[in-house]
Amino acid sequence: MSEQTAPAILRTVHLTKAFGGLVAVKDVDFEVRPGSITSLIGPNGAGKTTLFNVVAGLSDPTDGYVEFLGRRMVACPERGWLEPVLWILPAGLVWVLTYLLNAVGVPIAAIEILILVGLGLLIATLITAVIRPAWYGRLLVHLGVFKSARPNDMVQAGIGRTFQNIRLFANMTAIENVLVGMHGQLKASPLDAVMRTGKQRLEEIASRDEALRLLRYAGLPGREDELARNLPYGDQRRLEIARALATKPKLLLLDEPTAGMNPSETATMMQLFGRIRTELGLPILLIEHDMRVVMGISDRVTVLDHGEKISEGTPAEVRADNRVIEAYLGKGAV
Amino acid sequence: MNVLPRLLLVWRSDSYLRQALGPVGAGFSTLGNRLAPVVVPMGKFSSRHQSTSVVVGMAIVTALLPFIVLIWPISGFGTQNDFIDGFAQAGVWVLLAVGLNVVVGLAGLLDLGYAAFFAIGAYTYAYGASPFSHNAVPFWPMLLVGAAAAATFGLLLGAPTLRLRGDYLAIVTLGFGEIVPVVFLNSDKYTNGTNGITALYQPSLPICGDFGFGNPMPYYIAVAVIIAIAMALLYRLQDSRLGRAWMAVREDELAAASMGINTVTTKLLAFAIGASTSGLAGVYLSSKLAIVSPSQFGFTVSFTVLAMVVLGGMGNIWGVAAGAFVVYEIQSQGLKQLNNFFQGAGIPPIHLGFINIDLTTINFLDYQYLLYGLALVGMMLLRPEGLFPSRRRRAELHDVDDSAAANQELVEA
Repeated sequence: MSEQTAPAILRTVHLTKAFGGLVAVKDVDFEVRPGSITSLIGPNGAGKTTLFNVVAGLSDPTDGYVEFLGRRMVACPERGWLEPVLWILPAGLVWVLTYLLNAVGVPIAAIEILILVGLGLLIATLITAVIRPAWYGRLLVHLGVFKSARPNDMVQAGIGRTFQNIRLFANMTAIENVLVGMHGQLKASPLDAVMRTGKQRLEEIASRDEALRLLRYAGLPGREDELARNLPYGDQRRLEIARALATKPKLLLLDEPTAGMNPSETATMMQLFGRIRTELGLPILLIEHDMRVVMGISDRVTVLDHGEKISEGTPAEVRADNRVIEAYLGKGAV
Repeated sequence: MNVLPRLLLVWRSDSYLRQALGPVGAGFSTLGNRLAPVVVPMGKFSSRHQSTSVVVGMAIVTALLPFIVLIWPISGFGTQNDFIDGFAQAGVWVLLAVGLNVVVGLAGLLDLGYAAFFAIGAYTYAYGASPFSHNAVPFWPMLLVGAAAAATFGLLLGAPTLRLRGDYLAIVTLGFGEIVPVVFLNSDKYTNGTNGITALYQPSLPICGDFGFGNPMPYYIAVAVIIAIAMALLYRLQDSRLGRAWMAVREDELAAASMGINTVTTKLLAFAIGASTSGLAGVYLSSKLAIVSPSQFGFTVSFTVLAMVVLGGMGNIWGVAAGAFVVYEIQSQGLKQLNNFFQGAGIPPIHLGFINIDLTTINFLDYQYLLYGLALVGMMLLRPEGLFPSRRRRAELHDVDDSAAANQELVEA
């Protein structure tokens, strides 16, 4: 199958995450292939959401790494001590230069200016380090310091996600929620907004249209001006998906998207996932407890138990795996 | 229309573009049609042209206020000149409140050290235009310099502290608010210590008349113009990509980060923009009083501005401005008139056992902060969203039955 040979879009390698003595995820290797729906299942506390959070850049792994589109994005930070050295390096160089020039006998005014330039450099470096723009991250990697991507970097790289417990912006309208999702694609600067440049106005109009289209796609036509908190539960789940799609992801992470839904709502939700895959060609990584959903739409299933991967394969293979049955029903059930 | 190619770069999905801009080639004419459905649902003119309506509204208010004080009961409280001087002073608080509203109301960051930026703006002007520093930069460029200096310090304060949230951020900003006046107080050599820097130069502008202590009108007009510009720009920011990011951070920081928002930059910008407005207020105040001293920028200033924002209605720019104006006028005029009233009314002292109340001798100005406290407690119990809340916050603080109505209003607006 061509699917087998295509390079994985997301790959975790020996991924381990420990909270103190508790190892929530232990040495997990798995991958998501382009255009596929991959499910992550396991009993409660198996480490699914922890794994999700590591992949989404919310927490650093203790060991191993996450590769997205062939690039190592998330790993345990390496050579972090080098970073503070780099912060003071530019200012330090200027100050050393100042010291040498002073010894040579340069006018005092020039010396004072150089001292201030050094101070400015130090402040600028520190603020850059706090903001951590993308180029700064790349520069760090180039200089041998590795720091995991932040959640917003992962979104920019192309990972959109929803949350297990719905985390909409409750007091914003549905369309505003989606527009926030588009944040990364909008390029208007605050200055553009203040001046109301043509570029900014066009962008706002275009993004509004796109947001309405996404709301319709997720099955929320005509609800755009309703506050997110006033939407019914199922619609809030849909809005989360619309918002995640608004980030223009290359991979969608869905954390229990059908939790708490009745069977008919679940069925329409499954149709939506199917459409996302076929129409948008978007691979999905899914955490789900509802086995009908998992077995119905997944291409591949990975089973976690106590943080370890115990089985992997097509739904049929996983269903027949004794270790999976054991994990869910206990020893002796086999 | 060279913006179109740039837009094309922005959107990766061109299927969307075809939908949004019509068939390629007809894009130009279709664009006008695409404008209409977005603009029209906004309905009222005021929400379509918020910045215009701010300027017009401020012009009307500015023109009316000097005449309102000539109407009977108010005219008995003082001369028109006194009132205009009071309004010019109130403008400082309006500016401060509008700026703090960005930090607290929009981005949801509790800042208890806001007076620090006010002080930095004021001292910037003192360095720029006083005999003490031997500089004489004109007032108008110094406004921008003061705003820029305050914004820079906003960034500097923000950078190390913005990883903190809620109460912890409040404590750190409180500390910064205490540090700045103390630094100004103790660096005698540069700031003249307790005495402050005096005899700052007054602004001048040919068309505005003579700025001076006896003539508050030019100050009044100047501050109205500054407020109008600041409010118009803030309205535009609020209604942009950055404004939405601020709200998202306020609602749920983690979710905002997971939607691709760089929360650090967003919060830093809130701090810097709020601080710059405060810097404007500082420059203006120091030029009006012609003196800066560290005692003007204590914690009570930060607290008062915060109280104004909360009482006015967090998140609503007009509401906050009106709240600041009302609170300032009550505090400076209302309490004074209460004193005058009871002194003139001749109410006999009340003796009830150990209770002796002589209303004629009470100085109500001494009870300013007690009254603040009572007003705040009362507001939180009866109307937590403030006097003039934004629709959003009213919806947030009322139960579901009200929120349907609020939603309806949102749709209409």
